[in-house]
Amino acid sequence: MRKQRLSLFWIVLAAVCALYLLFWGLMLVATMAYTSPEAWWEALTSPQIRYATQLSIWTSTAAAALALLLAIPISYLLSRVDFRGRSLVDAALDIPIVLPPMVVGICLIIFFQSKIGRAIEQVIPLTYQVGGVVLAQFTVAAAFAIRSMRGTFDQLSPRPEDVALTLGCSRFGALWRVALPSARRGMVAAFCIAWARSLGEFGPILVFAGSTRMKTEVLPTTVWLEMSVGNLESAVAVSMLMIALAVSVLIVVRVSGERL
Amino acid sequence: MIRLHQICWQAPGATFALKDVDLHVPPCTYAVLMGSTGCGKTTLMEILCGLRQPSSGRVEVNGVDVTHREPRHRDIGYLPQDLALFPAMKVSEQIGFAPKVRGRAGEAIRAIVEDLADELGIKHLLDRRPQNLSGGEKQRVALARALAANPAVLLLDEPLSALDEVRRDDVAQLLKTLQKRHSLTVIHVTHSRTEAEALADLRLSLRDGKIVAE
Repeated sequence: MRKQRLSLFWIVLAAVCALYLLFWGLMLVATMAYTSPEAWWEALTSPQIRYATQLSIWTSTAAAALALLLAIPISYLLSRVDFRGRSLVDAALDIPIVLPPMVVGICLIIFFQSKIGRAIEQVIPLTYQVGGVVLAQFTVAAAFAIRSMRGTFDQLSPRPEDVALTLGCSRFGALWRVALPSARRGMVAAFCIAWARSLGEFGPILVFAGSTRMKTEVLPTTVWLEMSVGNLESAVAVSMLMIALAVSVLIVVRVSGERL
Repeated sequence: MIRLHQICWQAPGATFALKDVDLHVPPCTYAVLMGSTGCGKTTLMEILCGLRQPSSGRVEVNGVDVTHREPRHRDIGYLPQDLALFPAMKVSEQIGFAPKVRGRAGEAIRAIVEDLADELGIKHLLDRRPQNLSGGEKQRVALARALAANPAVLLLDEPLSALDEVRRDDVAQLLKTLQKRHSLTVIHVTHSRTEAEALADLRLSLRDGKIVAE
C-alpha cells in the first residue's frame, strides 16, 4: 500500500516534469514549423544577420571571459574569508541578477554621462559602440559568473590550499596551482553560463549600445528589428539560430561536467 | 627544536580557548600529543605551522621566532587528518609539488619523486589520481608529498584514525622509520593511548587548554 502511494507521488512529479518539457517541445516545434528551410537559409545568409551573428559570438565570448576574470577573485574571497559585511557584499553582487535588464542599460547610459563616465569614454568610446555591447553584456553576465564560481569554491575544501601553503606556496600560488585546477569544471560552467547570458542579453544593449545595423546589432536586437518591420520569418530564423547556440552551450556544460 | 611560549587563542564567538600553552619538543624526537576530541589539538597544530595566528605568545623553530612568518617560511610539514591531497593532480605531481614550487629543476624533481615513491612503496601509483587510491595509499602519498619539502618538523594530525587495524600497524611502523631516517622532529596528534605507547619518545597531553607531560 505504502509502495503504491510512493509510486503515485513520483509519477505525479514525473508528469509535472514531462508537461513542462512538452510545453517547451511544442513551442520549439511550432517555431520551427513556422518557417521553411529556404526562408531560414535566406535569412541566415543575409549580410546583416551574418554580421549580427559574428558580433554576438565574439562580444559574448569577450564578455564571458571578462566576467570569469572578475568572478574568480571575488568568489574566492567570499568563499574563503569570513569578513565583516560579507553577507552585505554577497547580496550587493546579486543586484544585476534581480534588476530589470532595461534598468541596467539606463544606469549604464547615465553613468557614462557623468564626469567619470565621460573621462572613461575619452579613452575607450563605449556608448553606442561595439565596446558598449561588451560592457552591457559583461555587466549582467558577471553577476551570474560570480554566483556560479562562488558555488564551485564553496564546494571545494580549503584544506588542500592550506597544505599548499606549508609546502612553499604563497596565497596566490595556492589559488593558482591548487584551487583553480580543482575548480576547472566550475570555471567552464561559469564561462558557459556567462556566455549564454551575454548571447541573450537585449535590454541593456538596446539602451546603451543601440541597434545600429552592421554596427552594434547583435542577434537579440536582430529579432527585435525584424519583428518591428513585420519580417516574422527572419525573426523566427534568427530565434532558431539562438536556440541552436544555447543548446550547444548546454551540451558543452554537460560534457565538460562529465569529462573534466 | 620546537618551542611554544605562552600561546593563547580564542575561538571567535565561542568559549573554546587555548590558554598560555607552553611546549618544548627536542630535536629528532617523536612526540605524541593526546587529548579528547575538540580539546584544541588541531588548532594547536595549525598555530604551529602558521595556518592560524595566535592572539598572543611565540612559536620557535630551531631557536628562531617564526610566529609572524608565513607557513611556507617555517620549515614545517603538515599532514591534516583528511590528508587534503590535491584533487586535480596525479600522485607524481603531488610529490613533486613542493620541489616545483621551490624552483627545483625538472630532473631534480623527478629524482625526488622517484626516491620518495620508492621509499614509501608507491612507485606503482605515480600515474593515479587521489580518487583512485585506497586510504592507506593516500596516507603514503600525503607523507611523500610532505617529505618532498624536506621539512625539519612534521606535524601529523590523527594520521592513523582512518585506517583499519592491519594498515594502522604498518603505517605506524613506517612513520617511526621515516622519522629516524629523515631525522625529523615529529608531533603526532591522536586520542589513542595505544598509538602513543607504540610510537612516542615524548608523550604529551592537552587538557583544559594546557599541555602537560604524561
